[in-house]
Amino acid sequence: MIPRHLLIAGGVMLVAVFALGIYAGRMRGRVTQVESPADSRPVAPPVSGPTERVTLYVAFDDPGILRAQSAAIALPSARQQRAEEVLRALLEIYLSKNSSHPLPPGAELRAVYLVSPGIAVIDVNSAFADGHRSGVLEEELTVASLVQTLNANVPGILRVKILVDGHDRETLAGHADLSDFYDTTAVAQLVGQLQ
Amino acid sequence: MLWNRSLRPSAGVACVRLLPLLFLVLILPAGSADEKRIAIYGATTNYSLPVIDRNGHEYVGLLEIVEPLGNVNARVDGSHWKLHYGGVEADFTDGKTRAKIRGKDFDLSSNFVLEGGRGLVTIASLASLLPRILSVQVAVNEGARRVFVGNVATHFTAQLNHTNPLRLVMNFTAPVNPTIATEPGRLRMVFHREPIVAPGSTTLTFDDKTIPSASYSENNGTAEIVVNGTAPLMASFSNDGHTITVTAATPQNAAVPGTPAVPTPSAPANPTPEAAVAPAAPLAPRHFYAVLDASHGGDDPGVAIGPQLLEKDVTLSLARRLRQELESRGISTLSLRDTDGGLTLDQRAAFTNTAHPVIYIAVHAASDGKGVRVYSALLPAGGENNGPFVAWDMAQSRFLPASQLAAQGVAAELQKRQIQTRTLAAPLRPLNNVSAAAIAIEVSPPTTDVMDLNMPAYQQNVASAVANGIVAVRDRIGVPR
Repeated sequence: MIPRHLLIAGGVMLVAVFALGIYAGRMRGRVTQVESPADSRPVAPPVSGPTERVTLYVAFDDPGILRAQSAAIALPSARQQRAEEVLRALLEIYLSKNSSHPLPPGAELRAVYLVSPGIAVIDVNSAFADGHRSGVLEEELTVASLVQTLNANVPGILRVKILVDGHDRETLAGHADLSDFYDTTAVAQLVGQLQ
Repeated sequence: MLWNRSLRPSAGVACVRLLPLLFLVLILPAGSADEKRIAIYGATTNYSLPVIDRNGHEYVGLLEIVEPLGNVNARVDGSHWKLHYGGVEADFTDGKTRAKIRGKDFDLSSNFVLEGGRGLVTIASLASLLPRILSVQVAVNEGARRVFVGNVATHFTAQLNHTNPLRLVMNFTAPVNPTIATEPGRLRMVFHREPIVAPGSTTLTFDDKTIPSASYSENNGTAEIVVNGTAPLMASFSNDGHTITVTAATPQNAAVPGTPAVPTPSAPANPTPEAAVAPAAPLAPRHFYAVLDASHGGDDPGVAIGPQLLEKDVTLSLARRLRQELESRGISTLSLRDTDGGLTLDQRAAFTNTAHPVIYIAVHAASDGKGVRVYSALLPAGGENNGPFVAWDMAQSRFLPASQLAAQGVAAELQKRQIQTRTLAAPLRPLNNVSAAAIAIEVSPPTTDVMDLNMPAYQQNVASAVANGIVAVRDRIGVPR
């Protein structure tokens, strides 16, 4: 015959095991609930709200010039996001059908970093540079267009550096130098020659 | 440094001794170029020490020699100077040649000198003295003042590869980092810290007129390798410092040494065979008015102009025609590329700067647009020249007015021939790295058919106009240096 105290102890242990099983099941369900929706939201929601007029320096391969064009786009108040939105608007023109200065499909602006004092870093993706048409003038038009558009719409920028996928690159597509900083004053003078 | 208490002078005596030393430090230039030095190469460290002349002999501090090699201390005991290195005790006497090392008599080649607490021995004594103290094999090159402690020598081989561009590949048994200087007619590598030793012969001769020889020499604690060349030479490092490659520019139209810098097309491209096999003879520097750079080449094709037409081939063809046109007008020209060889942008600039031309002309080709675009440098931001030190990315700054003048001259001649022309600034390397007037021409097809870019008549017309443009401004952009 089993002693009474052993029966009581066994019963208590069975109840504890049953309770722990229920607790573990509930915890697993909670973790699943927490993880699932986390990464599905966009990091930066699209800009909306009132629009502002900006000046975009748009390249035209024929006859190899830059033209200042006015555009109305929604701009955030933060300076860095503002710089990114202005350049994204410029790229949108280049990526559109019948573009005057086509960029390769998949070309994107990754980010613009404004570094004090007066330094801007434009980071484009590898599709932008790898698929860019090669040639002194084609590449020069792209670089001048980016730098001058930034210079015209984000005051206080003195020097601009262009990175590709976050890394230094010697040239854009074999010609235009990306290894150094661009002086916005010198680029503004160049734009005068290209107009 | 472990000093015995008995070696420390009193404060008063120290002040009296320091005053003349302070005076000398103030009035003598530090590290004079003429200072005699001795180099010591050990298994773990290499260093050099000053050499002192006493009584017509060259002396060096013994403690300073052995201190970096192990645990050492020294003390003065009357006229005796006692050194302990590891378990070895050495006893020297001021003004005597006889010493005691490990309890045995040892004779120095000249008197031991005890001076201000320092024990000095002659360099001539080191070959026999150091093995007794250090218990390792020591080789002393007395004439060059170089001491090799143990088996530390670095050997090297040199092989000339007849590639384009010509390359002299030097492989070393240990990493090296010499000071490199380029001079007209040679490239000099000075090894201050590396235990480089002479190859089988101190003079290496190569069966080539562009790099005919190299020589090895040692002096004042350094080793030196000089590569002689009749074209501008440039060195690059690879293989973690084990390999130095000396590359020669292609001297397609090198002037004959000693003749005016206006070669004729029939002039021999290199020095006479006699000069090439006389390695010790200094080679005369050559002066080129223009350096011509056919852009791209090798693995870098440039623009794909047509299905079978690459930019690198068009630039080469254009550059050859332009060279011919320039030479026919008395402009001596050095071509950086005359085959499908690749050069980096830095190499192109370095070769050009070494040749000291009056003008650098880069040739590009494009598939879009019409006519010819003539570029001068768009200088980057940031770089600043400080006195004699010129920032690499701003080397062009001083020459930019001459470059713009040349660009205008070339554009004017192109327009005279009804060739559509634009002059622009461009962020196009290596224009900003060149320390001479520097322009780039980008030639587009004359019609909407891109294959017309390859038409000989069109290329010749462009080349002729560019050459005329250079001639038109030659008096205003400078004279050969």
